[in-house]
Amino acid sequence: MDGFKNIIMIIMSSVLVNNYVLSRFLGICPFLGVSKKLNQAAGMGVAVIFVMLMATAVTWPIQIYVLDRAGLGYMQTIVFILVIAALVQFTEITLKKFLPALHKSLGVYLPLITTNCAVLGVTINNMTDGYGFFESMASSLGCGLGFMLAMVLFSGIRSKIQESEIPTPFRGLPVTLIAASFVSLAFFGFAGVVDHLFA
Amino acid sequence: MNEILTCLLVVGLIGLIAGILLVLASHFMMVREDETVGRLRECLPGANCGACGFTGCDGYARALGEGKAEPNLCIPGGNETARQIGEILGLQVEAVEAKIAVVHCNGTCTASPARAQYDGMESCRAVAMLFGGPGACRYGCLGCGDCAAVCPTGAICMADGVARIDSRICIGCKKCVETCPKEIISLVPRSGKSVVLCSSRDPGAAARKACANACIGCRKCERSCPEGAVSVAGNLAVIDYARCSGCGLCAEGCPTGCLKAADFSLAGAV
Repeated sequence: MDGFKNIIMIIMSSVLVNNYVLSRFLGICPFLGVSKKLNQAAGMGVAVIFVMLMATAVTWPIQIYVLDRAGLGYMQTIVFILVIAALVQFTEITLKKFLPALHKSLGVYLPLITTNCAVLGVTINNMTDGYGFFESMASSLGCGLGFMLAMVLFSGIRSKIQESEIPTPFRGLPVTLIAASFVSLAFFGFAGVVDHLFA
Repeated sequence: MNEILTCLLVVGLIGLIAGILLVLASHFMMVREDETVGRLRECLPGANCGACGFTGCDGYARALGEGKAEPNLCIPGGNETARQIGEILGLQVEAVEAKIAVVHCNGTCTASPARAQYDGMESCRAVAMLFGGPGACRYGCLGCGDCAAVCPTGAICMADGVARIDSRICIGCKKCVETCPKEIISLVPRSGKSVVLCSSRDPGAAARKACANACIGCRKCERSCPEGAVSVAGNLAVIDYARCSGCGLCAEGCPTGCLKAADFSLAGAV
């Protein structure tokens, strides 16, 4: 039961408290780039969840059974980049062959994720936090969900922004960044919630 | 030394495995792409200018392949590209109307002296925000060259405080039209024989005071045009190129010379 509670806590904290976009500021590029429309934002979110889970499932064994055994912990970043890039490409080829429908809906976003810092960040943070395999997977799922939550929330805000009258100097990117900072500020309200919830 | 070797070996091995896996995957799980898309892509000029309204030449080729786009949208490619696309898709293609961008301003440094000294960021957008710019004319070219910066072919140069577009190089991609904060650049057909080189909507006297080359809205061109193609609206002459026969009478009569005869089909910038 304790393990289950732990998993839930990891997911909750990575969705709300340590949200990758809004409090760790990773993956800002797709957050600003693909959040114009709700369906695109949701598509990108699903793709990120998928890749984060895949990447963690592969990088965790590589870190524990290859890098740590050989005493090469410091090569983590380079090896992870290599593995994630290859993995995303492989996934794309596989999806194209066997699940063309899914490939079409994820298609545009998968190559974008290849060099996404949020994905690399999740895999590296899992190692730094010393998570076991299942904890790592839970954390990745949580981070992916958190990313999707941020994307979907923000796409709603952006569609509101588009309809409103904004002073000329703020139009476009400036107002988007200001709005993003407010959303990020709002998420700081969650700090401490999870610790007390499961205390 | 030993450590470096292990490091190289392990990382190299992981890279090799990943590489082999990818090669095998791409070999065994290859999906036949639609060949027409590839052939369509080859006809397109590859400037990725976005004039067709798609994300680039690749996007346009894909849309063509899916039958979601008209074959005559490529402006830089012109008639030749449209014809090739039509051949591949087996469609009858309407001729592309070749267009080029024209800066509707001739407010050179001597014709339209500055009313203030601007000392700041050299960008039309920044200048336009500060009381509409330092020039005497509120409508004219600011001369900072934002349009020249976005031009993919380098057809725009700044001369004497006004942007000039070289009609020989311009591909009509519309990027400068979208960039200009004063909205004084527009696309005109390459077959056009005359252009209005002014955007001022001030009444005659005020326009003339601000710039010696301004359109003063005297309606002389409107009266002289046998086709009724020139009209003056809001103190500014506008040419309807669909009706223009290219006789050049309007340019001959223009007292300020803002309505000029032009030849975009041959060499020479306006």
